[in-house]
Amino acid sequence: MTGFERPTIDWAALSPELILLGGASVCLVLALFLPWGWRRPFCAAAAALCFLGAGAAAIALFTADAEAPQGIVANALRRDRLAELAQILIAGSGLLAVGASLGWERDERTRVGEYYALLLSAAAGMAFFVAASNLMTLFLGLEWFSISLYILCAIAVAQLPSLEAGLKYLIVGSFGSAILLFGSAFVYGSTGALGFEEIATGADEADRLFFVAGLALIIVGLAFKTSAAPFHQWTPDVYQGAPTPVTALMSAATKIAALVLTLRLLLTAFPGEERLWTIALAVIACVSLAWGNVAALVQTDVKRLLAYSSISHAGFLLIPIAVGTQLGARALLFYLVSYAAMSIGAFAIVAARERELARPVDFDGLAGLGWERPGLGLAMSLFMFGFIGLPPAGLFLGKFYAFSAAVDRGWAWLAIVGAIATVVSIYYYAGVVGAMYFRHPVEVRTVPAGGSPPRDLGLSAAVAAAVVVTIGSFVLAGPLLDVARDSVDFLGFPH
Amino acid sequence: MTTVLILLPIGGALWVWITPWRTARGAGGLALFIALAELALWIGTAVDLDFADQNPQFETQQTWFADLGVSYHVGLTTVTVWLVGMTALVSAAAIGYGFWAGRDRTAAYLGLFLFLEGATVGVFAARDLLLFYVFWEAMMIPLYVLIGVWGGAGRLAATIKFVVYTLAGSLLMLVSIIALGLSRGNFSIDGAASGSESTWIFLGFLAAFAVKAPIFPFHGWLPDAYREAPAEVTAVLSGVISKAAAYGLLLVIPLFPGVVADWRVAILVLASIGLVYGSLLAFRAPDVRGVVAYSSFAQMNLIVIGLFAVNESGQTGALLQMVNHALISAALFLLAGAIERRTATGQLGLLGGMARGRPILATVLVTTGVIALAVPGSSAFAAEFLILNGIFTRGWGWAVVGAVAIVLAAMYILRLISAVLHEDIGTAVPAAALDLRPAEVGIVLPLVVVLLVLSFWPAAITDHSFLF
Repeated sequence: MTGFERPTIDWAALSPELILLGGASVCLVLALFLPWGWRRPFCAAAAALCFLGAGAAAIALFTADAEAPQGIVANALRRDRLAELAQILIAGSGLLAVGASLGWERDERTRVGEYYALLLSAAAGMAFFVAASNLMTLFLGLEWFSISLYILCAIAVAQLPSLEAGLKYLIVGSFGSAILLFGSAFVYGSTGALGFEEIATGADEADRLFFVAGLALIIVGLAFKTSAAPFHQWTPDVYQGAPTPVTALMSAATKIAALVLTLRLLLTAFPGEERLWTIALAVIACVSLAWGNVAALVQTDVKRLLAYSSISHAGFLLIPIAVGTQLGARALLFYLVSYAAMSIGAFAIVAARERELARPVDFDGLAGLGWERPGLGLAMSLFMFGFIGLPPAGLFLGKFYAFSAAVDRGWAWLAIVGAIATVVSIYYYAGVVGAMYFRHPVEVRTVPAGGSPPRDLGLSAAVAAAVVVTIGSFVLAGPLLDVARDSVDFLGFPH
Repeated sequence: MTTVLILLPIGGALWVWITPWRTARGAGGLALFIALAELALWIGTAVDLDFADQNPQFETQQTWFADLGVSYHVGLTTVTVWLVGMTALVSAAAIGYGFWAGRDRTAAYLGLFLFLEGATVGVFAARDLLLFYVFWEAMMIPLYVLIGVWGGAGRLAATIKFVVYTLAGSLLMLVSIIALGLSRGNFSIDGAASGSESTWIFLGFLAAFAVKAPIFPFHGWLPDAYREAPAEVTAVLSGVISKAAAYGLLLVIPLFPGVVADWRVAILVLASIGLVYGSLLAFRAPDVRGVVAYSSFAQMNLIVIGLFAVNESGQTGALLQMVNHALISAALFLLAGAIERRTATGQLGLLGGMARGRPILATVLVTTGVIALAVPGSSAFAAEFLILNGIFTRGWGWAVVGAVAIVLAAMYILRLISAVLHEDIGTAVPAAALDLRPAEVGIVLPLVVVLLVLSFWPAAITDHSFLF
């Protein structure tokens, strides 16, 4: 063992990942030894506890890390507030996804342990990913959570759409990963460095062609995960086919992870190329806004509609990164809080309706939901109006901040593109609310299959929590924005 | 105090919604009680207000997020207090009418009304641009559901058109608010009211207000929405919500002195076209609501003309006319609803002769109509005189257009009165159709009484509001 120095490992800094991974092992192994009836409550409780624990650990780290950020594990990962805030959000998303999963697991008892283990492992991968500080750990984290998600998408093996979603995600996702890896190789080849900061310092002597090509390929690879257009083609099919709680997790946590890492990577590794990537991201944002919103107009399946909505929100979320300012970074994190909550909440409500109707939910399937289930209906209306950017959802302030960041940078045109995209989006978001309230089920002849299901407490709790976060981030915007500022303060901004 | 005026209806809405009512009567009673309490609270506030003080009073200021200088800042000025009062009065009448008319799902329906009232009061009370925008958008949500659920057969198309039109305008306003706020470092409406000379920022604001008011040619949503909505929703929509747009113009005009001077002629041309065109459409409209809807459109353009006179006479007249028109159009739409309930139609060709045996209906409709057509001595006459006087200093041609429109107003209102009350008894008018019931009188009469009081004493508003 000559020439190899074992790096000191900051176990405390890795605690969120370790808790999630430990939980995954527990679910996987212990589920084998438990009687059938016990597996579901046990695994769900273990998963919920682990998400809570990981979130608590990340909060503890966040409060402890007021000082300058540091590299851990031989500088392969970062211990800083940006990563910790993202981990808190990911753990929160995971917790809500567990709540949304409780009722669904009923008929999939054989794979209960695996399901929760994969949920935890995907979240652990994301928690690892957002802390990545060199291109190897970046790729490792990406594959880690992606592979977990590929399996999760296909976990309802008895259903053809689920299998199709898993396969599609696997193929397209691998393609995206390959592009990212290709780009990483270019960057490594031209700078001789893997670490983000070393790349930045080595950029001056790098071969321009390969360096810039590498940057472009990395942006494209990350855009696949963000489901930004035109790299979004997998999104509608996968979101539609995957089991709805999995879609909920993907729509929220994957976006958080991919966007936070995009922000970190571009600011720390490519500050010198700011002129290039700001424009590139602005263009991708505009394409996503246009494509996502226009395509959503013609959807009738609600999950598919929400998938296109998530593409359009990828566009909104890229605006604050594209401007490359501190205000933008704050806007991104603030936007992600309410977006994640609303996205999971909306998919959870779709999941509830799916269980009620025992078939995919389209606009007709929503008829009367608002009156039959007043709580879910109100929550869904809050989410839909919130996605448009109407108060009292925190997303309104998120959009306000994102547009402010664009105007502040002198890119008022980007804010106007965002405003126009929002106008287009009104049609389908308001359409969902209209479908829930304006028509009677009798009118469109949807009869709930087999009457009402038993009350799903886990799902209701998840939706209620999403509502609390959505409204809470509106009312308590001040403190939350302070947290967001603290999380990005240490990053160097070109503007 | 101002915060209570905003939160009372919104809290009341939540109360009405979450209570598991056994009967519609309980929900309606509570909603009406809250609306009346709001009105009483407004009277108390107005009595306490110092009308010699130009600054906002009964203020509350609480930092919302400090980094961009946004705060929860509300207060009442001598101008906005009248608009809040008008909102409280018209909302109470509308809620009373909705309760009396017995709409389905009473609790949800009247709760939405209360929520709408709270948001509208918030628009008038906000002293921070972003807060103004928050309340402005919050008005949208209840209106969408109110028209979409309880509207007529064409409600689905009407609502989507209404929402897309109004939000398209208001999102451009959001971009303008951001640009203005960032350039000034805070979003306050008062204080160092340093404005801007950016044409684009002004046009963003104008887009929102032009659609909501609406100014010609941004009125595409109006006929459908006014026709499809339940009568009391239309009463609030044309009476109160459109005034929020006029108030918005009143707010931003002083911020852009140079730009307003450059664009005045263009805006006055559009508003003049709207005034004459709206009046002609009202004269040709085949149904009661159409007449009132297009007359509202015309009147809003008259108010815009007064606002863009940018002098004391014009803007004071516009303010008085905002209150007048709120009460007039609310009363007329509620009466239209009463007529439609009796005849199941609003088509003027099928109506007629309703005055015979229905003296109260005839009296109330004729009184409101006469005030609406600005007969000398009425409050509408006082307001229109001030508006025309104000705009005259900007060019006599504008005043001529306004005067012509007043003649047109007489034509369409008299046509309406004659087609409903006089002529031969219409085929759709059953002999059993009752006169206005005591409840209906109780709902509409306060609006008419306030109009009569203002006719005798328009100075109540014009001498008690600081605009310049």
